[in-house]
Amino acid sequence: MYKIIAGAAVLLALAFTARQPLPKGSLERGKKVYATNCLACHQADGSGVPNLNPTLAKTPQVTGDRQKLINIILKGLDEEIEINGESFSNPMPSQAHLSDQEIADVLTYVRNSFGNKGTAVSAAMVTTERKKM
Amino acid sequence: MKKIILISAFLAGGAGLTAKAGDTTNVYHSPANIKVPKGFEATIIADELGRARHIAAAPNGVLFIKLERLKNGRGILRLQDADNNGSYEKVTSFGNYGGTGIAVKNGYLYASSDDAVYRYRLNENMEVADTGKPEAIVTGLLNKRQHSAKAIALDNNNHLYVNIGAPSNACQVADRTKGSPGQDPCPILDSAGGIWQFSADQPAQSYKEGKRYATGLRNVVGLDWNSNVNELFVVQHGRDQLATLYPELYNDKQSAELPAEELFMVKDGANCGWPYCYYDGQQQKKVLAPEFGGDGKKEARCADMVQPLVAFPAHLAPNALLFYTGDKFPARYRNGAFIAFHGSWNRAPLPQEGYYVVFVPFEKGQPAGKWEVFADGFSGLTEVKSPNDAKHRPCGLAQAPDGSLLVTDDVKGTVYKISYKG
Repeated sequence: MYKIIAGAAVLLALAFTARQPLPKGSLERGKKVYATNCLACHQADGSGVPNLNPTLAKTPQVTGDRQKLINIILKGLDEEIEINGESFSNPMPSQAHLSDQEIADVLTYVRNSFGNKGTAVSAAMVTTERKKM
Repeated sequence: MKKIILISAFLAGGAGLTAKAGDTTNVYHSPANIKVPKGFEATIIADELGRARHIAAAPNGVLFIKLERLKNGRGILRLQDADNNGSYEKVTSFGNYGGTGIAVKNGYLYASSDDAVYRYRLNENMEVADTGKPEAIVTGLLNKRQHSAKAIALDNNNHLYVNIGAPSNACQVADRTKGSPGQDPCPILDSAGGIWQFSADQPAQSYKEGKRYATGLRNVVGLDWNSNVNELFVVQHGRDQLATLYPELYNDKQSAELPAEELFMVKDGANCGWPYCYYDGQQQKKVLAPEFGGDGKKEARCADMVQPLVAFPAHLAPNALLFYTGDKFPARYRNGAFIAFHGSWNRAPLPQEGYYVVFVPFEKGQPAGKWEVFADGFSGLTEVKSPNDAKHRPCGLAQAPDGSLLVTDDVKGTVYKISYKG
């Protein structure tokens, strides 16, 4: 009985998380953008630096609202934020020098790495947000 | 709380644990799993204190520790080993502000928040009578979160020295932003990026009453007054991100090795070069930073800046400096410098470094030999890939009246005691 319930729960979880496949090559491309522009501060495993640079793993700002996340990349972030009870003192610089496609790829990568599971970010979404700047 | 006491009781084994209700927390005395030179012994004398930053030892052996964040609403801990059995069983706390700096001098306890320095009168037992009413000695210092720790030191002539770290990496127009130029002159230097000197006993001072004693220092968390030569010595956290910001000039390996963390003797009026210059440990000279037209080789104005007495590997984050004045360690340690390196993050993707305490022999205020790792293994790892993995990170140093060296850790709030047994 227990086994059946557990099996059903797994199936249900799978069905729940099933979503559009990520755009082809976006993770690989995103990983490269991450290595060049993000890794120094957020670290290879996305764990960040305690008190300085936020972790990207299971972080609501990363896995949640895509529009807000795109704006953090475009504009940077220099204000007091709290993530899972921790605060961070280094400012996040704007990454507006990246192309819309690069931003889409790197966000798709971080939303699907370090234990995260999230929907993809498209270049069109980044274009829309950049126009509002 | 009960759980913590139980755990520490388990860890402490039979090593003299005396936990009681009320003030006392999980204080104990047990061997420490860190590596120290032959003849030395390391023990843990307190644990789970919170984010323990700097530590000060009073003449009677009472310890004061500054917490970066409040724990149970308090930011300063007082630890006492009343029965002198090696276990600091009596712990009290006070102060409603987080911060880094702490010092005991001339019957007062000094402690800093990220924008002010306070002091408390101590009685002969090194107790603070009125913990709720500190005297604000300095207020209104710049605090923009980045590099906001106000580390402090006092000389023997009634002066208080306060680090005011620059809220910036390299004084670009847009901080840490690729393509953003350096501001020349850097306006940050008017109110930060240096050491300010104040009177140690005048209340309500700020920039107007103080004096910029040394400039061109990006962020100094470790500083100490060297009474042997009567000068101020500081260790600087060097700049970050050369490869991220200038990939055309620096590769990842160069960025991990540049710039050196520097130890300076700073005299009144010293300019140590930030943000215009950084020290290249391989070329053994200060070079112009790329934000100001540098190419990794050009010296330009940097030849005129104060040069470091010791250059350490890059990004190790020196968080405490202490000149050892005791006579309980072998003679070569006398008047030498201990430096607590918090450990790097900006060496990624290369492995991180630091997370240890270093010793530099000194004679008459000058280094008298190469630096060496004195205490290692705080991280609990053979190689630290991400700083978040480190179990402990050295942050504060103090010399106890019994001649031992105390080291604080701001990850778990562990306090280590290193003694010489011969």
